[in-house]
Amino acid sequence: MSHFNSPHTIKPFWQPLTAGVALGLVLLLTFLLTGHGLGATGASTRAAAWLGLGVAQTATEGNAYLGPMVKNGNPLSAWITWQVMGVAAGALAAAFMAGRFRVQLDGSCSVGTPKRVISALIGGMLAGFGARVAAGCTSGLGLSGAATLGIAAFVFLGTFFAAGLIANRLVKGL
Amino acid sequence: MNDGGALSALVCGVLFGYVLENAGFGSPKKLTAQFKLTDWSVFKVMFTAIVVAAGGLWLLKLAGLINTDQVFVPSALLVAAAIGGVLVGSGFAIGGYCPGTSVVGLFSGRLDALVFIVGLLLGTFVFAGLYGPAIEAVMAMGEIETGDTFTDAWNTPEWLIMAILCAALIGVYKAGTWFERRGQGPVTAQQAVAGASESTTAP
Repeated sequence: MSHFNSPHTIKPFWQPLTAGVALGLVLLLTFLLTGHGLGATGASTRAAAWLGLGVAQTATEGNAYLGPMVKNGNPLSAWITWQVMGVAAGALAAAFMAGRFRVQLDGSCSVGTPKRVISALIGGMLAGFGARVAAGCTSGLGLSGAATLGIAAFVFLGTFFAAGLIANRLVKGL
Repeated sequence: MNDGGALSALVCGVLFGYVLENAGFGSPKKLTAQFKLTDWSVFKVMFTAIVVAAGGLWLLKLAGLINTDQVFVPSALLVAAAIGGVLVGSGFAIGGYCPGTSVVGLFSGRLDALVFIVGLLLGTFVFAGLYGPAIEAVMAMGEIETGDTFTDAWNTPEWLIMAILCAALIGVYKAGTWFERRGQGPVTAQQAVAGASESTTAP
């Protein structure tokens, strides 16, 4: 299916207003169906607990943070795991339908492959650690929390954007 | 967990991922352009979504159709939220994604997003390894005891917060469009699919 990679079939992104209204309605639907919002790191934290259980069972069970998560069976058995699998499927469908699916190491052309791998790894580690400190990430705390007018969400979004602006100037980005 | 829960999770997740990819949020080039102030899509989309969802919840409550006690509100642990915001924001600017958008990046074919996700897991292990009384004490600092929302904590009327959010939304669109006109404009789908390159990111 080489035509998926043809530049002539790449559909434009939605206008920010369209995407924002759609995202807000999806978030509202999630609140009405479940009582909570959307998220992401709930699933990666459970995946970490699951991996820990497979690699170092005793250490994971004894860990103050991951231990309680693995006490009641499979840590992956949770609403958020299914939701993130849905995100994967939805993103894949959208990318294919718009001709925007392309296997690549994005950023390797601008900074080189080794630097891109290192920046992605370090960025992921900072975000993974930070999301555990805040008990949420951009989706779970920033977006969903702000929709409930939670104070913590606005504090998170403020420092999130300030730190992003500064870090972008200190580190050569993509 | 029951099947109805899994079904609602899949439906909400599919819609979430579908919208994020269509917004262009699988592309680290587009996402980080927000911090270069050359593409304001991240601010515009997030603020719009917050106003739509917050406005919807508020109106449904006013109409007596929902009880906001049933809606989960994050605890007002302000130091934890501030530190987490700094780390996730720096991680976003350096790594090119936030946790949710890294899933969108991976499933639009980006292998650097997979590396970011490996980093997420490593960061979680580092946190779990260090977790103990010291981290717990820092995370408990700066808690607002009177409530988790502006209304509960300080009796700020909800209509006032909604009005401020709407004004901020208009400000974001005005400022964003002004900055985007000064620069090369928002990152297009073609540029995003081509990937970040020297020629298109040179200052």
